[in-house]
Amino acid sequence: MIPVAFDYQRAVTVDEAIAALSSGDGKILAGGHSLLPAMKLRLNQPAKLVDISKIDALKGIKEEDGEIVIGAGTTHGTIASDDLIKSKLPFFATAAALIGDVQVRNHGTIGGSLAHADPAADWGALVLAADAAIITKGSSGSRRVAAVDFFQGLFTTALEDGEIITEVRIPVPAEGTKTSYQKFSQPASRFAIVGCAIMKKADGKINIAFTGVGEVPFRDSAAESAASIEAAVTAAAEGITVMSDHFASEEYRKHLAKVYLRKALEAVA
Amino acid sequence: MSIRINVTVNGVAFSHEVEPRLLLVNYLRDVLRLTGTHVGCDTSSCGACTIHVNGKATKSCTMLAVQADGCEITTIEGIAPSDDELHPLQEGFRECHGLQCGFCTPGMIMTAADILQNNPNPSEEEIRVGLEGNFCRCTGYHNIVKSVQYAAHKMKEVTV
Repeated sequence: MIPVAFDYQRAVTVDEAIAALSSGDGKILAGGHSLLPAMKLRLNQPAKLVDISKIDALKGIKEEDGEIVIGAGTTHGTIASDDLIKSKLPFFATAAALIGDVQVRNHGTIGGSLAHADPAADWGALVLAADAAIITKGSSGSRRVAAVDFFQGLFTTALEDGEIITEVRIPVPAEGTKTSYQKFSQPASRFAIVGCAIMKKADGKINIAFTGVGEVPFRDSAAESAASIEAAVTAAAEGITVMSDHFASEEYRKHLAKVYLRKALEAVA
Repeated sequence: MSIRINVTVNGVAFSHEVEPRLLLVNYLRDVLRLTGTHVGCDTSSCGACTIHVNGKATKSCTMLAVQADGCEITTIEGIAPSDDELHPLQEGFRECHGLQCGFCTPGMIMTAADILQNNPNPSEEEIRVGLEGNFCRCTGYHNIVKSVQYAAHKMKEVTV
C-alpha cells in the first residue's frame, strides 16, 4: 500500500521541527509505527512529514530535579531495558516490553504513542498512574501538561497545532512505592483490550488507571477510594462508557477490567 | 519531490533519489532488486519484511526509504559470511526443517538474528516470545524454534 504523496523535511533540532510545522498541513514523524500504517490505508493524508527521529536531544532517560525524564523520542525497546526505569519505575519497563513485538519496539516511541492517543495504547494508563507530566513545545514556548489533562478524547490530546511533545517527566517514586501493569492483549495486534496500571505509594494511597476500556485512558477514582480489593474491583470501570468491538463486548471488557485490576492489586499487596 | 538518500546495504554503499513515500521494503526490492525481503501483510503485523537497520530488527514495510538515509542495512542476502557458506540460522532452518513454503523464512531469520545478538542463549520461551512479530502459516513454529536453538548452539561452538 502506497501513501498519498507528501513533502518530507528532516529536522535536526526541536526548534527546526517546530518551525517546519508552522507552515502548511504538516505532521510529525517519530518512529512512524502508528502514522505510517494510517497513511498507507490513506486514513491520514498529511501534506508534509517532519521527521524528528534524528533529533538526539529528544532521546534518552535521566534523573533530574527529583523526576525521571524520558525523552519523547525514546523507543519502547530502550525503555524496556533501561536500568533506571527498571529500578525506579518497574511497571514502565513491564509495559514497554508488552508493546507490539521486537521490531515495533525497536522503532515506536513513547512520545509518538502519547501524541497519537490510540485508546488501546499502553502508555496512557502508565503516565496517569505515575502522576506524570507531558512537556510540549511550540512556537510560543514550553508547556507542562499533567497527564490527567492530556487525554481529551478518541485520538485527541491537549497538544495544540504546531506543538510537539519533548519529554515525559515522572516524579521519582518514594522508597517503598510498588507498581504493577497488568494487560490483556489483543492476540494479533498486542494492543490492550484492557491495561491496568497501578502505583501504590509508601503511605498506602493507590493510583489506578485503565487503558483500552474507554475512549480515553482514565484514572478510576471510585476504585482508588475503595477500602478493600473487593470493593475496588466492584467499583472499577463503572459509570464510564466502555468500548465494544468484534473482539470484546462492553460487558466482557468491563469484566476484564475488574479481573485485571484484581491481578494488579494483588501484585502490590 | 524527491530526496537523495545514502545507505549501506549488506556492506555496499548506494545513493539514490527517491520519492518520500517510497517504503524501505520497496526500495530494497524494486530499486536494489534485493527480493529476498518479502512483503506479506504490508501492515507491520506478519514480519516477512524484517531486515536490520543499524543492527536492529525492523519491519521494512513500516519505514520510509528516506528514514533510512545514513543507515547501515542488512537483508537476508547479506547475512551469510560468504557465497558458499550459510549463516548458522540459515543452516539451522535447513537442518531442522524450519520452513515449508519459505515465505516467512527471511523475516524469521532476521528477527532470530536480533534475538541471538541480545541473548546468545535463549530459552524456548524466549525464542517464542521474541518471534511474536513473525507469522508462519505452515510449520506450527515448533521446527522454527528448533532451528533457532540449533543456531544458538552452533554460534556458541564457533565463538568458543
